[in-house]
Amino acid sequence: MSVPAPATASAGHLRRLLALTRKEVLQIARDPSALLIAFVLPLVLLVLYANAVSLDAKEVRIGVVLESDGAAAHELAAAFAATRYFSVTPARDRREVVPSLLAGELRGFVVIPQDFARRLASPSGPLVQVVTDGSQPNTASFVAGYAQGVVSGWLAARGDTAPPVASFEPRYWFNPELESRRFLVPGAIAIIMAMIGTLLTALVVAREWERGTMEAIMSTPASALEILVAKLVPYFVLGLVATFVCALLSIAVFDVPLRGSWLALGTLSAAFLVPALGQGLLISAASRNQFVAAQLALLSGFLPAFLLSGALFEIDSMPAPIRAITLVVAARYFVASLQSVFLAGDVWSQFLPNMLAMLAIGLVFFALASLRTRKTLD
Amino acid sequence: MNTRLRAQIVKELLSFLRDPKSRMVLVGPPLVQLLVFSFAATLEVRNVDIAVLDQDAGRASHELLARIEAASFVRQLVPVHSTTGLADLLNRREVLVAVHVPADFSRNVAAGRPAVAQLLVDGRRANSGQIAAAYLGTIVAGLDGRLETAGTDASSAIAVRHWFNPNLVYQWFIVPGLAAILAMLAALLVTGLSIAREREMGTFDQLLVSPASPLEIVVGKIVPALVIGTVLALLMVAAGVFLFRVPFSGSLPLLLLSLVVFILSVVGVGLMVSSICRTQQQAILGVFAVGVPVILVSGFATPVENMPYALQLLAEANPLKHFLVIVQGTFLKALPPGEVFANLWPMAVIAAITLSSAVVIVQGRLQ
Repeated sequence: MSVPAPATASAGHLRRLLALTRKEVLQIARDPSALLIAFVLPLVLLVLYANAVSLDAKEVRIGVVLESDGAAAHELAAAFAATRYFSVTPARDRREVVPSLLAGELRGFVVIPQDFARRLASPSGPLVQVVTDGSQPNTASFVAGYAQGVVSGWLAARGDTAPPVASFEPRYWFNPELESRRFLVPGAIAIIMAMIGTLLTALVVAREWERGTMEAIMSTPASALEILVAKLVPYFVLGLVATFVCALLSIAVFDVPLRGSWLALGTLSAAFLVPALGQGLLISAASRNQFVAAQLALLSGFLPAFLLSGALFEIDSMPAPIRAITLVVAARYFVASLQSVFLAGDVWSQFLPNMLAMLAIGLVFFALASLRTRKTLD
Repeated sequence: MNTRLRAQIVKELLSFLRDPKSRMVLVGPPLVQLLVFSFAATLEVRNVDIAVLDQDAGRASHELLARIEAASFVRQLVPVHSTTGLADLLNRREVLVAVHVPADFSRNVAAGRPAVAQLLVDGRRANSGQIAAAYLGTIVAGLDGRLETAGTDASSAIAVRHWFNPNLVYQWFIVPGLAAILAMLAALLVTGLSIAREREMGTFDQLLVSPASPLEIVVGKIVPALVIGTVLALLMVAAGVFLFRVPFSGSLPLLLLSLVVFILSVVGVGLMVSSICRTQQQAILGVFAVGVPVILVSGFATPVENMPYALQLLAEANPLKHFLVIVQGTFLKALPPGEVFANLWPMAVIAAITLSSAVVIVQGRLQ
């Protein structure tokens, strides 16, 4: 590939680079699917993320089986019905609610036993029994936790238990309203960027290989570096534009604050696009087939950005080997920084190490990709 | 089966299985992903780092911090000496929560007066933060004037039993669902590419002049995707049973039947996407554009009942939502046949609609 450089090398480079970039831009503009991914899908994803993906459980459907007819038992059943965390289906026999639990219509039930009054008078064992649908572990622990809360609250209101002396006064920084969309939307942006950066570039470059046009371009005077830069620049710009569109939408429509600066947001996005594009390049160089490239981009780009980035599932809670894997998932550093830019402000002491990590991962991807490309051209 | 159709099906299967790389990415990565993601996808809270500013250093605060440090969800306490240090650690996300014990804490506890310590929680991670705050709340409530555990009557007032999954093992929930999703994505991608590839390569015209009827062509595209998706799903179900030891309590034949109907409904969507697209790139992006919302509105990551009503209605038209109920129920709940059929028929309706629309669209393209 090392064609001897002519005397007017720099002018030639620039012209070739511009021509190649122009070809790439035309290709994007001509095919609506890239624009669909860059502008329409972000909109759909943000709408869904802001509405569908909610971790705020409310009105969980449970049954309350009232086996006792005492006044206290009725009072407790009323306490369950009154809380906004539960939507209660009353029953007299647990056999009425078990089929609903199997069907998933109820997520648990509370049994207030026949001898409730006696248990209340001489507290030795449990007062009530709570059965949850363990096949949905989150909802199950939610039901158990809030059932506990309802019973202790009811007991305290009766004056049966003294309130504890020591307590915490919790204050939620950055997100006092505890809205999950506020920290989920930055995660959605990371997914969209991973799709544009990794999937789109993987596809575009893999197509050139698949059709054999890559060899055609390679045989031109353009150097491998020029070809790659020309291929990546348009997608880099597209990725940045899509980020700004997403950010604008999040702020204007979904009520997510931007407490940091646009400069920080742009710098972070640019830093994330380096590993994302590098990953796409590496995938296409390794696969040279659009189907394989798509499958690999899905599995190594999209799903990690969704599941391993900390956007939805807390990284610290994962087992140690998985935590080690997340260290090389660039989205992890991006999501953490994005959440800060939106909710906390410009925390450069956090951004700088994260950007360094993203750039380092990106460099490794580019090095591997160029190694792979050069080898096959010999 | 006539030879023309058989030849068509064999050719379609070969176009994916001939290439060793395609073969590999169809089976290898989904299994690896199943392994990685099933461990990753947890909403439990563990390994929490907590910043501590102790301005009291009395008996009660020592006891409180010792109890927090001993709690199983805590990894380490990070002592700081000023509120700025506290804020700095929170800002940089070094800690999930910060505890600020005021100077009069021990005195108040000893005197039986209300003693309040501040708990600062990182709202960027509000979900884990809330769970950690609840855990810490029970720890602090256990302190009283004599520093003995009190309030036991409140916590033992209810006896909790988690049916189907007594220890709430999160993997038992995630593995069956993830298997369904990965199989769905593979089936979507295989069908999504099928017609688009022929058009991009120019071989679609050859199909047109072949004696195969439109219906034969469509069936020839459906069967391989059905085979690939079903085999992949069964592989992952087997991995769930033998590798992850998820209890399988329901009926395998019913699961198989539901699986076939589920993959068929997905294949219909893939074919529609494929017949609209001119290039493989469009088809792949189209598959993503369909697949991602389908996953988000399926109840996999977050329950459907948390969603707004309009989206809950939309979820009824989502085959993955119904199949998740069946596959998760078949694993853990020994789902009775009645419940399986209650979720099977909506999938069958969806499959009938998507497949027949696909046939109509492909026929339109063929003329």
